[in-house]
Amino acid sequence: MYLPHISSLNATLALACAWLAIGLCGLLAPGNIRLASRVLFPAGALVGLALALVALSAIFDQPQARVLPLGLPDLPFHARLDSLSAVFLLILGAVSAAVSVFASGYFRKGEGTPPGLQGLYYHIFLASMAIVLIADDAYFFMVGWESMALSSYFLVTSDHRLAEIRRAGYLYLLLAHLGAIAILLCFGALQGGSGDYSFAGMREIAPSSGWATVAFLLALVGFGAKAGLLPLHAWLPEAHPAAPSPVSALMSAVMLKTAVYGMLRVTFDLIGFPLWWWGVVALAAGLISALFGAIYAAVQTDMKRLLAYSSIENLGLIVAGFGLTILFRGFGMNTLAALALTATLYHCLNHAFFKSLLFLATGSVLHATRERSLGRLGGLIHSMPFVAWTALVGTVAIAGLPPLNGFVSEWLLLQAFLFSPGLPHSYLNMLVPIAAASIALTAALSGYVMVKFYGVVFLGQPREAKLVDAHDAGAWERVGLLLLAAACIVLGLVPALVIGMLDPTTRALTGHGVASLAQGWLFLAPIEPQRASYSPLLFFVLTAVLVGLAWFSVRTFYHGRVRRTGPWDCGFPRLDSRMQDTAEGFGQPVRQIFEPFFRVEQSAPTPYDAQPRYREVVEDRLWSWLYLPVARAVDRVTSLITVLQRGRIAVYLMYSFATLLVLLFLVR
Amino acid sequence: MMNLPGIAAQFTELVLAVLLAPLLTGWVNQCRAWLQNKSAPGLLQPYRNLNKLFQKEVVLARSASPLFRIAPYLIFGSLALAAAIVPTLDTDLPLNAAADAIALVGLLALARFFIALAGMDVGTAFGSLGARREMMVGFLAEPALLMVLFTASLISGSTSLSTIVETLAHKEFVIYPSMAFAGVAFTMVSLAENARIPVDNPATHLELTMIHEAMVLEYSGRHLAMIEWAASLKLFVYSCMGLAVFFPFGVAQGGDWFGIVLALPVMLVKLALGGAALALIETLNAKMRIFRAPEFLGTAFVFAVLAMLVHVLLET
Repeated sequence: MYLPHISSLNATLALACAWLAIGLCGLLAPGNIRLASRVLFPAGALVGLALALVALSAIFDQPQARVLPLGLPDLPFHARLDSLSAVFLLILGAVSAAVSVFASGYFRKGEGTPPGLQGLYYHIFLASMAIVLIADDAYFFMVGWESMALSSYFLVTSDHRLAEIRRAGYLYLLLAHLGAIAILLCFGALQGGSGDYSFAGMREIAPSSGWATVAFLLALVGFGAKAGLLPLHAWLPEAHPAAPSPVSALMSAVMLKTAVYGMLRVTFDLIGFPLWWWGVVALAAGLISALFGAIYAAVQTDMKRLLAYSSIENLGLIVAGFGLTILFRGFGMNTLAALALTATLYHCLNHAFFKSLLFLATGSVLHATRERSLGRLGGLIHSMPFVAWTALVGTVAIAGLPPLNGFVSEWLLLQAFLFSPGLPHSYLNMLVPIAAASIALTAALSGYVMVKFYGVVFLGQPREAKLVDAHDAGAWERVGLLLLAAACIVLGLVPALVIGMLDPTTRALTGHGVASLAQGWLFLAPIEPQRASYSPLLFFVLTAVLVGLAWFSVRTFYHGRVRRTGPWDCGFPRLDSRMQDTAEGFGQPVRQIFEPFFRVEQSAPTPYDAQPRYREVVEDRLWSWLYLPVARAVDRVTSLITVLQRGRIAVYLMYSFATLLVLLFLVR
Repeated sequence: MMNLPGIAAQFTELVLAVLLAPLLTGWVNQCRAWLQNKSAPGLLQPYRNLNKLFQKEVVLARSASPLFRIAPYLIFGSLALAAAIVPTLDTDLPLNAAADAIALVGLLALARFFIALAGMDVGTAFGSLGARREMMVGFLAEPALLMVLFTASLISGSTSLSTIVETLAHKEFVIYPSMAFAGVAFTMVSLAENARIPVDNPATHLELTMIHEAMVLEYSGRHLAMIEWAASLKLFVYSCMGLAVFFPFGVAQGGDWFGIVLALPVMLVKLALGGAALALIETLNAKMRIFRAPEFLGTAFVFAVLAMLVHVLLET
C-alpha cells in the first residue's frame, strides 16, 4: 500500500502536516476562489485518500509509537498508531476525501468567510482530528482536541454576519469547552498521582475502582458532550445547520466519531478493566439519546436540523452498543463483548458514510434552491435527478433497510442483545428486552423520519415556482456524492469482509474477535450459523432477480402502454402544490403520540380570518428545564461577583495585597 | 447444505405463495360475505381483477417520477422474497441462511418504505396523507413484530426462521406463556399491517379514515395490479408467519419428500382456517378512528415487550 520503509505512523504524521501545509497555502491568496477550489481542496482530498490507504494497512500492523521532537521542554509529544486509531483514521481519510472533492465544487465567492481562510480552517480541522486519533499523551491529545474545537467553531460561524449563526457558534464553543474540562479532569484522575500524563503511563497504573469510576464518568460526560448525548446535545441541532454543508458532513461523520474513539480509548485501553454497571449507565444514556433524537428529528422543518437530530439518534445507538460492550466485558463474556463492539464500530463506519452523503445532498439542494426549509422544497427528483438518486441510497441506508449498510449494524446490534439473556444478574436480564424494544422503536422511527425527509424534499410537486429550474449538482459535487453512495453500498453488501477489517481492534480491546466465526465472505454469521446468519449479497441478488422477473413477465404477457395526464386525487380538479403534506403535517402523528416530550406553542386561525395564519413552535423541553435555569443561575452568580469589580486601580491593588497576605499566612 | 428436497420445497413455496396469495384474499372476502349475510363475488374474483388491470393501460400523472414506476415491482419483489423465506413446507430451506427473522422484518419495512415514497411522489393531498398514516402505523407495528419474533428467537436460541420453526414444532409439547402474549401482539400487528378493520378498511375508498387505499390512489393499470397483488402477498406472508411461529405443526423437517408432500395440504387447511378467523375478527369489530390507532398499536407493542419479559422471567 505504501512505501515499505516509512512506518504507517510516520506516514500519518506526514499527511497531517500536509493538511496543515495545504491550509497555510490558503493564506497566500485568501480571496482567490480558483486557488481554493482547484488546488487546495483537491489536494486535501488526495491527502485524505492517502490517509485512508495508510490506515487500512495499519489496521493489521502491530501498534507503533514514537516520541516527537515537539512540545514543551520536558514534555515531548507522544504519538501512537494501533488498530483502534487506524479504524477511525480510515473513517477520517475516506470521508474527508469524498467531502473535499465535493467541497471543491461547493464553496463560492462571496459567501461568508473568504475561500482561502475557509480552506485554512478546514484543513486545520482535518489535521487536528488526525492528531486526536494518534495522540499518546494527555497533553498532545488536548492540543489536538482544542484545535479541533476551535477550527470547527470558525467553520461553523463562516457566515458570521447572521446573528443566529453567531449564537449557534457561541453555544457550540461553550459546550465544547465544558466537555474539554471534563476530559482534562478525566486524564487527571487516570494518572493516579504519578504525574505521568503519557497514555503509556496511564496504561501501567491500575487505578482503584473508585478513581476508575470517576475517570469513566468524566469521560462519558466529556466525550458525550462532543457526541451529542443527552442532556449536552443542545449545540448539535444549532451548529450543524449553521455550518456550510461539507463542514456539517465532516462534523457529523468524523468529529462526532472522535468522541466515540475517546470513550473506547479511555474505557478499554487506559482504564482496561471496565466495571459492568458503567455499561448500564452508558446503555441508558445512549438509548435515551437515540429515542430523543429520532422523535425530535420527526418534527423538524429544516432539513439540516432534521439530519442533526438524526445524528443524535445514531450516536445514541453507538453509545448504547458501547454500553453493551462494557456490560459483557465486565462479566467476562468476551465473545459477546466482541460482537457488541463490532456492531458499535460498524455503526460508526456506516454513520460516517450515509450521514455525510445526506449532508452533502442537502448542500447541493441548498445551492440550487437557496432553501433549507422543508416547507419550500419538493419535487426535486425532476430537476436534480442525480442528487435525488444518490440521496435515495443514503436514505435507504440510514433508515436501516436491507440490503444497505445501516441494516447490517442494526442487525449486529440486535443480535448482541438477543444473546444477552444469560447475564448473571436477573435485573439486567429484565432490562435487556426493554433496551432491545427501544432500539427497535428507534430504528422504525428513523424509517419514518427518512420517508419524511426524502418525500418532502425530492418527491411530490415543487412547493415554490423557482424550484422547477433548480440545476443539478456540478461535476465535483457529483463525484463526492457518488463516492459516498458507493461506500454505503459496499459496506452493506460485503459485511463479512468489513468485519474482518474490524477484527484486530475487537481483539485488541476485548481479547476476542468475531471474524473467525463468520462463514466465508458471503455469509455473516457472528456466533454460529444455526443461531443467525445473513447474506446481504444473496439477499440483494434475489430481490433484484424477483423484481426483474416480475417486470419482465408483465411486459411479456401484457403490454407497456402509458398515458400521461393530470393526477387523479379522487377526481378533485383544482389540485395545487400547497395541498401536499408539509413537513409539519408529516410530523404531526409523532408530535401527537409523543406529546409530553415537546413544548408546543400553537395559535390557530378562526374560520373567519381573511388571512388565516397558523403558527406553531416546537421546542426542546430541556431548554426550559435545564439550560435556561443554569444560564440564569450563572447570571446571578456573576452579578454577585461584579460587586468586586470597582473599576478603580487602588481597589484592585488592595485585593492583590490582601491575597498576598493570606497566601503568606497559609504558606508560612 | 444444498439438498434437492430443500430446493424443491423452496421453489414450490415461492411459486405457491405468488399464485395462491390472491386466492387467500378471495377466501377472506368470501368468508366475510358469508358472515355478514351477503352474496360474495366468488373465490376467483381477485384473479379476474388482476387480469383486467394488467390489460388496461397505465394512466400516469405528469408529475410522477421514475421512482413511482419502479416502486410496484420493487414492492412485489421484496414481498415475494419475504414469502419465500418463511418456512411453510419444509424447515430446511436453502434461502434461510441468507435472511433471518430480522431480515424478514427488514424486507417488510423495505416494501413499506417504497410504497410510502410512491404515495408522496405524485404530490396529491391524499397520497401524502396516506403515506404519513402508513408510516405512523409502520413505526409502531414494526418494533412490535420484531419483539414477537424475538420472543420466539429467545425460546429457540436463534433468529433463523428454520431453527425457530423446528424448535417449536418438533420438540416436546410445552406451553409457553410468553407465546400467548406474543400471539395477541402478533394478531394486532397483522391486522394493522394488512390494512384490516379495526385500523383500516380494505373495502372503502373516498373516506378520510383510509390509509392504504389513499396511498395507492394514483396507481392504475399494471402498476395497480402489482400493488394489489403485493398487498395479497403481504397478507399471505403474515398468515404464513403466524402459522409458522404459533402453529408450526405439520411442517416437514429436514427435507424428506414425503414430509413436503404431506405438508402442503396441512398448510392449505391452516391458511383456510386462518383466513376464516381473520374474516371473523373483521366482522366482529368496528373500524376505529385514526387517532385511536396509535393506542391500539402501542398496546400491541407493550404486549410484545411483555412477552419477552415473561420469557426472561419465567421460562429461563
